[in-house]
Amino acid sequence: MNFPFLTLITFIPLLGAVVVALMPGKHERALKLVAVLFSVPSLVLALIAWLLSAQAAGEMQLLEEAVWIPTLNAYYRVGVDGISLPLVFLTTLLTTLSLFYSAYTIKKRVKEFFALFLLLETGMIGVFVALDLILFYIFWEVGLVPMFLLIGIWGQPQDRPQYSAIKFFLYTLVGSVAMLLAFIAIYLTTGTWNILQIPSLKPLAGNPALAIAAFWAIFLAFAIKVPSWPFHTWLPDAHTAAPTAGSVVLAGVLLKLGGYGMIRILLPFFPDLFRQFAPWIGVLALISMIYGALVSMAQWDLKRLIAYSSVSHMGFFMLGLVAAAASLDVANPVLNSRAIALNGAVLQMFNHGIITGGLFFLVGVIYERTHTRDLKAFGGLSAKMPVYYGVMLMTALASLGLPGLAGFISEFMVFRGAFALIPTYAIIGIVAIVLGAAYILWKIIQHVFLGEFSEERWQKIFNPAHWHFSLDMARFEVITMAPLLFFMVLVGVYPAPVLNGINAATTALLAGL
Amino acid sequence: MEFIFNLTPLIPLFPLLAFAIIVLFTHRHNRLSSSIAIGGIALSTALGWTLVLATILSGEHAWAEGWQLRVPWLPAGTTVLELGFAVDGFTAAMLFMVPFVCLMIFIYSQGYMKLGQPDQDPRYARFFAYISLFAAGMLGLVVARDLVLLFISWEVMGLCSYLLIGFWSFRKADSEHHIDAAQVVRARQAALKAFITTRIGDVLLFSGIALLYSYTGTLTFRELFRPETLETLQAISLLGMPAVTVIALLVFGGAVGKSAQFPLHVWLPDAMEGPTPVSALIHAATMVAAGVYLVARTLPLFIAGFVVADAPALHWVAVIGAITALLGATVGLAQDDIKRVLAYSTISQLGYMMMGLGLGSLVAGIFHLLTHAFFKALLFLSAGSVIHGVEHGAHIAAHNGHGHGEHFSPNDMKIMGGLRHRMPRTFVAYLAGALALVGIVPFAGFWSKDEILAEAFHLWRADGTLNLPFWVWLAGTLGAFFTALYMGRQLGLVFWGEPRHAAARHAHESPSSMTVPLIVLALFALLFGFVNAPFLGNPLHHLMGNVHEVSEVVHAEAIPFNPTVAGISTVLAVAGLLLGWSLYRNYRAGQVEPFQAALGPVFTVLRNKYYIDDLYQWAIIRPAVWLANFCFNIDDRWIIDPFVDLVGAAGRAASDIARVLDSGVIDRWFVEGTAQLFNAAGRWLRYSETGHVQNYLLVVAVTILLLLGLYLYF
Repeated sequence: MNFPFLTLITFIPLLGAVVVALMPGKHERALKLVAVLFSVPSLVLALIAWLLSAQAAGEMQLLEEAVWIPTLNAYYRVGVDGISLPLVFLTTLLTTLSLFYSAYTIKKRVKEFFALFLLLETGMIGVFVALDLILFYIFWEVGLVPMFLLIGIWGQPQDRPQYSAIKFFLYTLVGSVAMLLAFIAIYLTTGTWNILQIPSLKPLAGNPALAIAAFWAIFLAFAIKVPSWPFHTWLPDAHTAAPTAGSVVLAGVLLKLGGYGMIRILLPFFPDLFRQFAPWIGVLALISMIYGALVSMAQWDLKRLIAYSSVSHMGFFMLGLVAAAASLDVANPVLNSRAIALNGAVLQMFNHGIITGGLFFLVGVIYERTHTRDLKAFGGLSAKMPVYYGVMLMTALASLGLPGLAGFISEFMVFRGAFALIPTYAIIGIVAIVLGAAYILWKIIQHVFLGEFSEERWQKIFNPAHWHFSLDMARFEVITMAPLLFFMVLVGVYPAPVLNGINAATTALLAGL
Repeated sequence: MEFIFNLTPLIPLFPLLAFAIIVLFTHRHNRLSSSIAIGGIALSTALGWTLVLATILSGEHAWAEGWQLRVPWLPAGTTVLELGFAVDGFTAAMLFMVPFVCLMIFIYSQGYMKLGQPDQDPRYARFFAYISLFAAGMLGLVVARDLVLLFISWEVMGLCSYLLIGFWSFRKADSEHHIDAAQVVRARQAALKAFITTRIGDVLLFSGIALLYSYTGTLTFRELFRPETLETLQAISLLGMPAVTVIALLVFGGAVGKSAQFPLHVWLPDAMEGPTPVSALIHAATMVAAGVYLVARTLPLFIAGFVVADAPALHWVAVIGAITALLGATVGLAQDDIKRVLAYSTISQLGYMMMGLGLGSLVAGIFHLLTHAFFKALLFLSAGSVIHGVEHGAHIAAHNGHGHGEHFSPNDMKIMGGLRHRMPRTFVAYLAGALALVGIVPFAGFWSKDEILAEAFHLWRADGTLNLPFWVWLAGTLGAFFTALYMGRQLGLVFWGEPRHAAARHAHESPSSMTVPLIVLALFALLFGFVNAPFLGNPLHHLMGNVHEVSEVVHAEAIPFNPTVAGISTVLAVAGLLLGWSLYRNYRAGQVEPFQAALGPVFTVLRNKYYIDDLYQWAIIRPAVWLANFCFNIDDRWIIDPFVDLVGAAGRAASDIARVLDSGVIDRWFVEGTAQLFNAAGRWLRYSETGHVQNYLLVVAVTILLLLGLYLYF
């Protein structure tokens, strides 16, 4: 038995959740410290696992297997490859940063918050490492409840947190029920829940109509999570209502559960159907990209704007995936184009997690000070908060795909693949890049940071008595952002180290379809 | 020698490091920061010139083949995309100009930005960080071996132009520096306009790069231009054309945005809202030069498309260049802002460069790019000196109690006049720049403009019919006349006659940190043309003429000096200059402009820039904003969310009915539930209310039943 990396990475946070829950609630500092410390081992182990496995990430690594529920034929099977490793790392990184950030900003029901957050982490990591459909489904649902409560309880009263929480819950639940039924149908024809084994058994091959139903049922579950237009309206509400750390993890990780599912389950299980329906899914991707960007441009609430930008950016992910799935040719030039497209899609998920996670932290920075997110209430803040301006500018530029920063690399690869495989879609999708620059620079940078600073307006929204840190970004906020900025630059300037593993895994995956 | 070439990556790295050091460490110290910036670009200049020398000494083979360095960068399936640096004769020519002009601008900025004075803005350190990054972008562009590094550098410049054009928007409106609130707003809008407009071009280039990479598997210039690669691209059909033509047009789209060609030229005049050294930087050594450089660097693609016939990507370059040259030169006739006249002049001159490239002549286009960089930097910096002098004059006037409180723009030529006596060194520098721009022998602009026109003339005569080169030559020659006309007008308005405002009356010469770079640049404006003078054997031709040899489609040979062409354009230039000058040198405040009197409504059209900005506002920007709001309403108010809420409300109502039936009691829940069913969205889900467990369980049950039914049915 090898060192159980994945079990430890997945369950140490759960242990932490139990410990925090059992601690007396009045020692808030101790609670926070324990919670943050319990998230660190997973982060360290995930990083080590990533570095160790990068060389041979084309195959499943760090496999663990044990009989779990014999009557159901369910196994505890976990493993990672170059596609899941960056996402596991992303999850642990964003969780640790979120807990660290929340230690300074969460004041209400501290114990419950930190316990739930650690539970959430276990659920999210579990989805990325599970190689058994039952296990996958359980983890999928485990993540749902803590997020539901995080939004409902710690949301801002003016943002209708309960409405948003339940909307989020129901949307996801509808999808997961559909997914569960499809999983059951697949099990009935293949006799196994093993995610790695099912593709070779050609699930539901004898029943095309049912296969199509199962395909769309699973697609629905993942498309809601991604979210793809038109299943996206839970997202702006949930993001807006959630506390800062909740939004970070929601955008940074939870959306990726859907994307990961599409790559790990939908594509290998039904490659022919995916190719057949690729034109339609491609249309959804394009609508998400352009429509999401346009709606973003119409927002005056900073957080809502970034939420809609996620719809647009995850549309890029879908476009890359569709390009990779649009052909089953494994001859060299085509396979390379498909691999590039899928690399772009996977990296887009990682980048979106880093960048949009960062953007939500940065919304938190200004919201904690002023308790408003109304873009019309700010202006000229670059003079008042130069460090904040610098960090926000860099993150925003990464988001709009400026070369030299992370976002560009994945956009480039997605479009490189799309131009080779689905050129019409690529030509239309290009519009989203221009719109991205428009909403980010026009709405965020111009309205918040440029223009004339008005002391009078500022007095109205900022009350120094309620803010105990420095006016410009406080040290804990800078520390929270620093790792994210590091990855934006690393991936943007020299993407090879991050991409080597992804590339190995996607090439192997596509060649084996 | 090899060792020196291995240092090439340092050329963009020095200013990049300066940027990083200033931003991270020294941003609180203005003087130190500006010294670091100047030190960085000075090191680049020294190394750049060493490389130029090394290249020249390496002989003809090195001029055409060049040196290169590459690193694996992006894993792509079974292959790896590489990124790298290269130096050949063309790069060497650019390396002579770019860092040096940047250095002059940096030194000048130190004086212009009023360093060391008590009222200085704390953000001046940031200004030097931004211009360092700008220089790093341009230097990275010229040493790029492939389209990857080129595009990264390209966009870094786009970012810097955004930051610098909007630089004044950081400041408060203050009368001390003649910055009013409207100007602050204009600055940030100009910055945004520049970024978004060039971004439109950028995504075209981005698409072109993606297509090239798709079809050829490489983005390295030398590999792309191999005859077999070009043949492959010619053979593929895309949108009814050979792929190479489509790609060339997409690449040209990028250049149209960056080099402010019609119809994406609109951002450039507005970019004047940036501090004057930035205008010089953008208009001379960097940014707008990048687009021309790109077309020149990828010229084999354009020519390969041309060779297949019926696919004249190259013609488009010439046509757009000619339109732009005329458009810029005519609009320049009717502007009052000293910098805006120069901005339109830049647009027009960039059009000339595109004309040269569009005729297939790499050297003619680039020669004009190089000379233009020197004399346009000179003109902008001199204009900055004039503005600086007028601002100071306003201070003195205010101090003496004249003209206090009244608002005026220090850029307005209508308030100037007679400055040649008050600012003699600036005047001489300006005159040198103007003569170079107009193309008077022996100033630099004469040689380079003549080469473009001679090329067109030669191609026309070789063919004999009224072909494209004829129209290009005609446009260029007419443009030369208009260029002389607006420069004559400007010289007359600014330097001759009597001051028309107290500020101009009290204007005085700028400090030597500003005038010394002017004089150095003036020498270049006078002498630089000789690097490709026909009677010296066209040295530049030998250095960079053969860089596209590998493609076997670009043939560079110098066109012999043509006295007819030079004669016609010189006569027109002198006539234009004298006409403009004589009409305006005695212009009085409040008088109707001579051009206005002569041209009437045409003048109004020119003054309003052919209404192109208004057209875009009306046809593009407003519809885009409208569409954004329309989509949002679909999302939030009209269709999607109401539908979602309706489904929820229906579920809730159903669960209520079920419960009601269950208990047989009609209570307020039923009433409220039903009311909400009809009462639309929003209020139906309140956490405090009971009933939600049933609610979602019901959804679960319904879904399970539905899907189970589906399963059984099939």
